[in-house]
Amino acid sequence: MAESLQDLLHRLAPLLVDGSPHAQTLGLALDGLGPGRATMRAPYRKDLVGDPETGVLHGGVVTALLDHACGVAAFSGLGAKETPATLDLRIDYMRPAQPGKDIIAEAECVRAHGLIAFVRATAHDGDESDPVATAQAAFMVTRPSKEAAERVKTAIAEGKL
Amino acid sequence: MSDDLIRTLLEVPYVSKFGVRFERRGDELTGVLPYAEHLVGNPLVPALHGGAVGAFMEVVASGALLAAQPLMRLPKPIDVAVDYLRPARPQDVYARAVIGRSGSRVANVRVEAWQNRRDAPVATLHGHFLIKPVPADS
Repeated sequence: MAESLQDLLHRLAPLLVDGSPHAQTLGLALDGLGPGRATMRAPYRKDLVGDPETGVLHGGVVTALLDHACGVAAFSGLGAKETPATLDLRIDYMRPAQPGKDIIAEAECVRAHGLIAFVRATAHDGDESDPVATAQAAFMVTRPSKEAAERVKTAIAEGKL
Repeated sequence: MSDDLIRTLLEVPYVSKFGVRFERRGDELTGVLPYAEHLVGNPLVPALHGGAVGAFMEVVASGALLAAQPLMRLPKPIDVAVDYLRPARPQDVYARAVIGRSGSRVANVRVEAWQNRRDAPVATLHGHFLIKPVPADS
């Protein structure tokens, strides 16, 4: 029987974050992954602060978290074959995140068809109805993403992944 | 110009972690994001992380606003829209900002980031920032 999308996602989940050096350096974690959905977390860390007076995390952490969460949701929405590239990412910074709290991003692939996926996401620090930021993004499977997917298949076949 | 705040901006933990620096000629400012492995988003392409490039452009937008006029505090992003035009390769990234309009509370900024060729940008950003200019009579 063919592997279900959920099983495939479960198997690929560790690669989607640990395989990205930048996600690792920010300590991003994948809290949940389903068809067209991803929940990710950025931990509160002193070395990621953007305003030393208030201790608020830098907006760049929110940007990277939202980009990554949207990318994972798009990957899942497109059938978990190739990692798509970000075409554009629009972020509204609603309010500063509370110092000391992790930031959680919930991303949902609204529509995926062919090579394109549209994603919406919310970032919050505990209460989803009181967002820190919201984002809207479009992704596309590009030639480099197809070539990268081929390299993954080869690496898996050779037992390197 | 707000030289002290430009220093503060570059010393912020998140910004100094990634080694962002500015090259200034008067009120013109070019940001440099030196390549490091921890900036890579997808090693299989390989390409730098979109979040890292986006965040770098936000820092350059803030730097350009501080280089253009005296401000009381660091600009705060209200919204940003980033277009990714080509994969950012594992090498240094440069960015320069153009201030569209800078009022008494909000500034509109566009940023272009490039690597090998200035006329082949890897990403562009356009965004609004909350600013607090030093009052003219002080």
